Amino acid sequence: MSQSIKVEKTVTIDKPAAELYSFWRQFENLPRFTRHLKDVRVISDNRSHWVITGPLDGTVEWDAEIVDDRPNELIAWKSVPGADVDNAGSVQFKAAPGNRGTEVKVVTVYNPPGGVIGNMLAKLFGESPEQQIGDDLARFKMLMEAGEIATNDGQPSGHSHSKD
Amino acid sequence: MKAVCWHGAEDVRVETVPDPTILNPRDAILKVTSTTICGSDLHIYDGFIPTMEPGDILGHEFMGEIVEVGAEVKRLKKGDRTVVSSIIGCGHCWHCNQQQWSLCDNSNPNSWMLEKIYGHGTAGIFGYSHAFGGYAGSFAEYIRIPFADYTATAVPKGIPDEKLLPVSDAFPTGYMGADLCHIQPGDIVAVWGCGPVGQFAMLSAYLLGAERVIGIDRFPERLQLARDFAKAETLNYEEVDVLEALKEMTGGRGPDACIDAVGMEAHGQGPEGLYDKAKQAIRLETDRPHVLRQMILACRKGGTLSIMGVYGGFVDKMPMGAAMNKGLTFRMGQMFGPKYIPKLVEHVLNGDVDPSVVLTHRLPLTEAKQGFEMFKHKQDQCIKVMFQPD
Repeated sequence: MSQSIKVEKTVTIDKPAAELYSFWRQFENLPRFTRHLKDVRVISDNRSHWVITGPLDGTVEWDAEIVDDRPNELIAWKSVPGADVDNAGSVQFKAAPGNRGTEVKVVTVYNPPGGVIGNMLAKLFGESPEQQIGDDLARFKMLMEAGEIATNDGQPSGHSHSKD
Repeated sequence: MKAVCWHGAEDVRVETVPDPTILNPRDAILKVTSTTICGSDLHIYDGFIPTMEPGDILGHEFMGEIVEVGAEVKRLKKGDRTVVSSIIGCGHCWHCNQQQWSLCDNSNPNSWMLEKIYGHGTAGIFGYSHAFGGYAGSFAEYIRIPFADYTATAVPKGIPDEKLLPVSDAFPTGYMGADLCHIQPGDIVAVWGCGPVGQFAMLSAYLLGAERVIGIDRFPERLQLARDFAKAETLNYEEVDVLEALKEMTGGRGPDACIDAVGMEAHGQGPEGLYDKAKQAIRLETDRPHVLRQMILACRKGGTLSIMGVYGGFVDKMPMGAAMNKGLTFRMGQMFGPKYIPKLVEHVLNGDVDPSVVLTHRLPLTEAKQGFEMFKHKQDQCIKVMFQPD
């Protein structure tokens, strides 16, 4: 039995909790800002199917069910038995003081399995799952505030000439 | 298109690279009509800015014509002539709403790099290393402008580029340096560095109500420009003891505010200058803070230090005891582009200021290497080099 890994990360977003909650509550939206989550398909009101892609097109999949749902405050979910990796998560929305927006706190817990899937997850999340969750939250903030995620993928440079 | 790419210290090359394309809905593509080397580009040219990658396109002070807009660009349209802020702000985060554009939360895709060294990420900057977003710069025929409605400001046609180009970066940087001084009636403001940013800081100090302005440098042509353009009094630090001279010029009080328009490669004198140069050369100290030390000693008790000269990392031997016991206020930051640019465009259009006087040399983009050398070594009394891609 390996030890479970817990990651907590908070970001402040200058939008009302209601707007952030409803975007997140539609789980299909999550892959728009998460790096590794490829697809979330909602099966029923409180059940969804999550897919992570890894190196060499490998995938890790599970069904999750909502275990707590308080509109504009909190959503918590948990994988159901039979998941490739047992995991649980929550997102909490709390008003920041003085009109500074909403503090969004994400907590995820997972039990890294052994074998192929364990190796893949280790590669995906490296030594710093906090960094990954933090980057995902930074992109969530960009999407909510700026309406798009800042990028440089595809811009010109002389990189291709630098090896000559 | 042709672009000037960085390949290492003192190694810039004109190369053919792909044209930029719209990558996000709020992007626009600009045809660069004029661009200029900033003093901070020399820190990159000299190899003092980390997270540069070979092939990166340099340049962040520029203007041009919009040739394409993304689906979410609302204020600008194809054909608009614009001056572009070197600093990129999303316009919607808390910091942008506070007009602190260089502290934007959302414009730097590589924010995590700065988080590791600064504790928090700051705004993206065109052509200024991957830690500042990795955005391709303006020493090119075309450039992609993120968050174009805020990053670019439309300006009228019929006024030459030369008069507006410094409003992209040097003028607002100098203006913010003066703005941070909270100038009160009777204030005397001293400005270290009479390069383009220093010239605009001096001029702006007067615009904001300073009684007297004193410029400090060692190059005669720069001191002359400070007298002619900015109407400042001047000190040549190779000829006088700056601390003594400033005291004498201010009735023994010291300047009410001191602006650093020099930055990390300050030219220190004597053993202190050698100490910093040696430590910076072997990267034990990233920045040479000679000017900062002198400002702390020169400033009036209870006065303000406004720091615009770019610093990147660490400084040492700072006289904190003097700063603390004299009750000084330190204010600083990369400039808040869109906060100031419309106002400065107005000053230019009204004829209050003609920023073109700092642009002493014009070269085609293909002669970028010569431009950098000329600017770095101040050859031919060079103050600022302007490139025109056409």
